[in-house]
Amino acid sequence: MPTPAQAIRHEYLRHNKKFPHVWCPGCGNGIVMGALLRAIHHLELSKDEVVLTSGIGCSGRMPTYLDFNTLHTTHGRALTFATGVKLANPALNVVAIMGDGDATAIGGNHFIHAARRNLNLTAIIINNSIYGMTGGQYSPTTPFGAISTTSVYGHIEHAFSIAELAVTAGASFVARSTVYHADLIDRLIEQAMQKRGFAVVEVISNCHVQYGRRNKLGGAVDMLKQFKEQAVTVSRAEKLSPEELEGKTTIGVLVDRELPVSTEEYKKVRRRAHESGDKV
Amino acid sequence: MKIQKEKQNRYEIRFSGSGGQGLITAAVVFAEAVGVYDGKYVCQTQSYGPEARGGKSKAEVVISDQPIDYPKALELDLLLAMNQAACDAYFFDIKANGLLVVDSSLVEQYPTSRIITIPFTQIAKEEIGRELVANMVALGTIGFLCGRVDLANLEKALLARVPKGTEEMNSRALQRGIEEAQKIDVQGLPRAVMSEDDDL
Amino acid sequence: MMSETTTPRRLLQGNEAIVHGAMAAGCRFFAGYPITPASEIAELLSILLPAADGTFIQMEDEIASMGAVIGASLAGVKSMTATSGPGFSLMQENLGFACVTETPLVIVNVMRGGPSTGLPTSPAQGDVQMARWGTHGDHPVVVLAASSVEDCFSITVKAFNISEKYRVPVILLSDEVVAHTRECVRLPAQTEIKVVDRIRPSVPPDWYKPYEGDSRGVPPMAALGDGYRHHITGLIHDEHGFPTQNRHEIERFHKRLTKKITKGFSDIQMSRGFLLEDAEIVVIAYGSVARPALRAVEDARRQGVKAGLLQLITLFPFPRGTVSTLLKQCRAALVPEMNMGQISREVQRVNQFDCAVVKHNRVDGQFITPLEIFKHLIKL
Repeated sequence: MPTPAQAIRHEYLRHNKKFPHVWCPGCGNGIVMGALLRAIHHLELSKDEVVLTSGIGCSGRMPTYLDFNTLHTTHGRALTFATGVKLANPALNVVAIMGDGDATAIGGNHFIHAARRNLNLTAIIINNSIYGMTGGQYSPTTPFGAISTTSVYGHIEHAFSIAELAVTAGASFVARSTVYHADLIDRLIEQAMQKRGFAVVEVISNCHVQYGRRNKLGGAVDMLKQFKEQAVTVSRAEKLSPEELEGKTTIGVLVDRELPVSTEEYKKVRRRAHESGDKV
Repeated sequence: MKIQKEKQNRYEIRFSGSGGQGLITAAVVFAEAVGVYDGKYVCQTQSYGPEARGGKSKAEVVISDQPIDYPKALELDLLLAMNQAACDAYFFDIKANGLLVVDSSLVEQYPTSRIITIPFTQIAKEEIGRELVANMVALGTIGFLCGRVDLANLEKALLARVPKGTEEMNSRALQRGIEEAQKIDVQGLPRAVMSEDDDL
Repeated sequence: MMSETTTPRRLLQGNEAIVHGAMAAGCRFFAGYPITPASEIAELLSILLPAADGTFIQMEDEIASMGAVIGASLAGVKSMTATSGPGFSLMQENLGFACVTETPLVIVNVMRGGPSTGLPTSPAQGDVQMARWGTHGDHPVVVLAASSVEDCFSITVKAFNISEKYRVPVILLSDEVVAHTRECVRLPAQTEIKVVDRIRPSVPPDWYKPYEGDSRGVPPMAALGDGYRHHITGLIHDEHGFPTQNRHEIERFHKRLTKKITKGFSDIQMSRGFLLEDAEIVVIAYGSVARPALRAVEDARRQGVKAGLLQLITLFPFPRGTVSTLLKQCRAALVPEMNMGQISREVQRVNQFDCAVVKHNRVDGQFITPLEIFKHLIKL
């Protein structure tokens, strides 16, 4: 008898895809992938009704391994493809998997507009503060002062907070976790996929190979320990001063609000169009 | 070398002035009357600058009994100039014995004595009560003078295009334009200096 | 009287006729971004699509528009976008994705003066080579050109049909003159229009290989959510859709993509001939310029010059056979274009005969006149 974990792997991983995957040993991407599978399994969604889109980068390879309708698009554009899929067939559960550079540099415009537009989509952003696949160049979430292959003298720009960007841009649901808090990711993705409207889950992840190594943060386990130490729940964070929150990562649900969802609003547009008749 | 005159019965009108004077609308209404209602071949084109209001604006209508190859005007049979700049710029595009019609409320210097001057804007403002419909007064005049459109169809096309509630005003403007045109003795206008057979 | 095979006469702009053609061809999704001189297409579709239970969306830019159009097409809905030069530049990235994933869609590019912001309200034909080669890498693509309001309707239908039949993006080139000229047309009734839909897989999902060509080299296409779960990627992929670095699979993939179009040449390559039978000089023109060209040819005939016109509707794949036959027959070919010579280079490329290929170029933002073509023509 397979264990429950094995059963999920057997059910959702593509057995006809030549493994191994492209990720380095210890990469956080696998933890996020596991959480996504457990969330979908728990929600009892049909594999045929799930569409997974991704961009380019290490995160972009995730759909390749998963037995859903999978769409590995161009760099930064996962949400634009997801928008077309969702509007063309609103019955599908559409999830976009992106990295930090993918979602907030080259795809930054799409990201804020997807949040503003508020389609019924789920966006999962794996934030490892670096461009891993291309060899460790700085991304929009690389901290000030950090070393990367394009900031060997120290990074001089400031990092985005992806989750806060999504809140400001108007997403219905925004949450954050780290790869250390694997159980929390399961729950947040589940909530996000059930949410009516644009739902964002940011997962702080480790790229010990391209980021940790250069910034003396140790290996995968060391970085996970740091995530554990830096994490503060939303409820605890509310009681802390900005000074106390310096260097901390707030985890949990940042925003959960009811807003008009444009997938549903468009049904009203169609109704109005029908009522006014074809006068053109 | 001269091009032998083609047999097709082509008639070209240009509506010119500035953006916001409704010249494109007038041309579209004219084209609709000729094409949809009269059943002739028609091409309507326009060119304009980036400004929504105030820039140069021109719209053209080519009418023929046969399919139209070149959609833009080549030699004008009739030029409507609704301001001085348009009159100056396009006067030379009129063919010999073509007609120049200007809004005398806005054009002061006449480039030729072979000219029809009607104060379209003044009529619209003072008699119809809306300066905005000067284009429709001009449309009436042109419809009558060109002799290429059924005037009842011109009115039908006009009423199909204008906003609800403005039909009566637009219709009145069109009729005023027709009345003004009826007063004109086209045959009595001075002949063009250049003959049609002159070199290109 | 209204006949059963047509609709009433209407005065339509080229841009409006493209919209009616798209609706008639079954297009039910549009994503785009405002740009002169293409915006009327988006405006009218924003009214007509929801009334036909289709979807219109204005995206944040043209990159996003192309992404959404591809996504919608993959979900099984015929999709299009419309733009002009600057937007077309932004679309090139995802156009490549559509090529490599064999996603049917139609891009209308209403050409204006370029490069860059160029001349937004003036006509030009400067995007011809870009339409063919704008996205990186070898790729098949079909480029068509419309010259009149009637064309805008019928060639749009044809563009969708080719796109669906061959699973290839089709670019319809229009220009500012075609887009904004109003002409009276009687559109055919829906029952008179031949509409082609993509072939769906008939095998059970377990047997389905999403990138295995049929006898024409075109794979049947399942929509996302149809039960045929598979992988779609911009990476070069094997027949199952998975990325491959196997050189045999890579080569097989590229060759099939090219071959499916070359096999369809007779179907895809369209042109119109006027007075060509005994022609000694052929004018080769496309888009709006075909109109002054026809007039110039007729004027030349009246002067006793044996001229004819070949109007290209399909620009790419370049109709080599048709053009070669005429180059063999004629002593000169004149190629008038509103660019510095983007199709004349194609004509020169296929010219293996004693025919002088002469360019006639206009890049001042003005429409070419019949007289200038005529003057050039009678000197040849």
